[in-house]
Amino acid sequence: MGRSLIDKLWDSHVVADLGDGAALLYIDRIFLHERTGSVSLQELKKAGRKVRHKEHVFVTMDHIVDTFPGRGDKTLMPTGTAFITATRAAAIEAGLNLFDVTDERQGIVHVVSAEQGITLPGFTQVCPDSHTCTLGALGALAWGIGSSEGEHALATKTLAVTKPKTMRITFNGTLGHGVTSKDMILHLIGKYGAAGGSGYAITFTGPAIASLPQENRFTICNMAVEFGAFSGVIPPDDITFAYIKGRPYAPRGADFDKAVAAWRELKDDADAVYDREIVVDCADIVPTVTWGTSPGHALRIDGTVPDPAAAPDATTRASMEKALEYMDVKPGQKLEGLPIDAVFIGSCTNSRLSDLRAAAAIVKGKKIASSLKKAVIVPGSTQVKRAAEREGLHEIFTAAGFEWRESGCSMCFNAGGESMGDKWRVVSSTNRNFENRQGPKTRTHLASPTTVAASALMGAIADVRKLG
Amino acid sequence: MEKFVRLKAVAAPLLRSNIDTDVIIPSREMKGVTKTGLSVGMFANWRYTDVPARVANPEFVLNRVPYDKAQILLAGENFGCGSSREHAVWAMKEWGFRAVIAPSFGAIYYGNCVRNGILPVVLPDAVVRAIAAWVEQNPAGNQVEIDLPSQTVHAAGAAHAFKIGEADKDMLLEGLDPIGVTLKKDNAIQAFEARDRAQRPWVYI
Ligand code: SF4
Repeated sequence: MGRSLIDKLWDSHVVADLGDGAALLYIDRIFLHERTGSVSLQELKKAGRKVRHKEHVFVTMDHIVDTFPGRGDKTLMPTGTAFITATRAAAIEAGLNLFDVTDERQGIVHVVSAEQGITLPGFTQVCPDSHTCTLGALGALAWGIGSSEGEHALATKTLAVTKPKTMRITFNGTLGHGVTSKDMILHLIGKYGAAGGSGYAITFTGPAIASLPQENRFTICNMAVEFGAFSGVIPPDDITFAYIKGRPYAPRGADFDKAVAAWRELKDDADAVYDREIVVDCADIVPTVTWGTSPGHALRIDGTVPDPAAAPDATTRASMEKALEYMDVKPGQKLEGLPIDAVFIGSCTNSRLSDLRAAAAIVKGKKIASSLKKAVIVPGSTQVKRAAEREGLHEIFTAAGFEWRESGCSMCFNAGGESMGDKWRVVSSTNRNFENRQGPKTRTHLASPTTVAASALMGAIADVRKLG
Repeated sequence: MEKFVRLKAVAAPLLRSNIDTDVIIPSREMKGVTKTGLSVGMFANWRYTDVPARVANPEFVLNRVPYDKAQILLAGENFGCGSSREHAVWAMKEWGFRAVIAPSFGAIYYGNCVRNGILPVVLPDAVVRAIAAWVEQNPAGNQVEIDLPSQTVHAAGAAHAFKIGEADKDMLLEGLDPIGVTLKKDNAIQAFEARDRAQRPWVYI
């Protein structure tokens, strides 16, 4: 029987078989950020243990650090500075690779890990952060862990993992006008539910995936965790190898060529078997926006909010009713045209240069609606910010009325520092529409960066296709 | 780590699907770089009508007698999805929870439970709902009993078998230190690295 990409990634990292489907897996790279990283490092130290391969461990500041221009260690979050200084001290003491607040390599952990060439095809990588799966788009098995597992990985360079079931999701066809990779993944989660991938590691494949530029592939894998999956991977190809070539931590010259030859094997064998297969026809996908408080509450922009009366069981019905109340929307209502208070473009889902270019193309020479209380653009990394500024994108955004920020997670989540306002309706390029995620009682509608840009112009949830 | 062998306790039903870790412990409640002092922030946005002033919401299940002493939570599918924050488990442990019964769990949350002595029990949705209905008839009297060695939940007049991985079961039963266990395999880790270094030199920067 042939092996799948996931089988190959798994097999090549088994240090010891632990029986019952579990194995001790070798972990190639560990990333930490200031929100959860310092706990792992402090506990490790308390136990008198050392980091096993400090050169394989990277640390960045993204979650709590402010994104206002001229920011430093001081944060709007009352106790935020302690997270930054504790993480810095622990990282320096342990001798780890640190991308500090003012470092040119700073940025959102999953953006910089790819950008610096730290994650490579065939790697295993963990981080105490659920969106580590983003990096699966490079053909790596990357997943989020807790702080205790982080400590385990730091001390032993391994983790004990039970092998997940495998699922292959094939995207056929081509994307229509105004449809992005964000819409692909929202469509999938909307159709199969936020637990649709629960218990599985997923391979995303098919012609529509293969024709996506590398940056847009990250958006797909980023939201594998919102599908309930252990992780998601995309088979690496020439687009991937071209993306990696020349990045700071990537192999060079003959070493690079040797690595590429090995990476070409990272694909499904012709007779590979998966536990479950899903096929999606991209002709069915239109710009997609969420109506509720779970990424599974995704809706076609031309659709209407579903009725809990049609829910299959009492638990689902109760959850939907709670979401309707929280979001202040009604069954049968259209989302398109719903007035909004704010917009946000950023996060590890959609903050890369191509996302910013696409949003800028929509707002160029136009003004955002005067009714908006906040409109913020946060580049995914300091490098993305520099590149965008070289192209003048920041001027397009500020002329349109957006704030242009330093890189970080920013209002992707509300840690008690800067947030969206009470009960504000926000269209956001992020990945979680959970209650209170972006601010107190804030109502988040997830969408692609272009849908966010179009909605900013209209002051209401908009169908980006109607902008021409 | 605290062991888990068996438990008979009050169970609190919170039957909603996709309860995420932002709900279990909101970001704003994670104020310090520690594992403690988190229980007061657990379910803060549901538990309090005024969060900063800590005004209890009398409607919320965990504010009602006898559920305020519950050690078992009954939940909907995909419980603990979302953020990897282990603080969700630390908060629940500190509050007094020792087990969660749900049709499915967020994968990271599940692992975090096991590493902190909380038993995650997977039972079909219909069974969880039946147990919840039975508990609600007499919350103080109809206590749920969980036996880990035999992997059974006794409730609603029946024994419900559940599955758990052997490694996770051992860790909970013995209260083992997983890092210590792995470090005993140091030879295997070194052998892997020696082999791997030859095959994938680009890993070893
Ligand atoms: S951008 Fe948002 S989702 Fe991504 S790592 Fe930061 S907080 Fe998490």
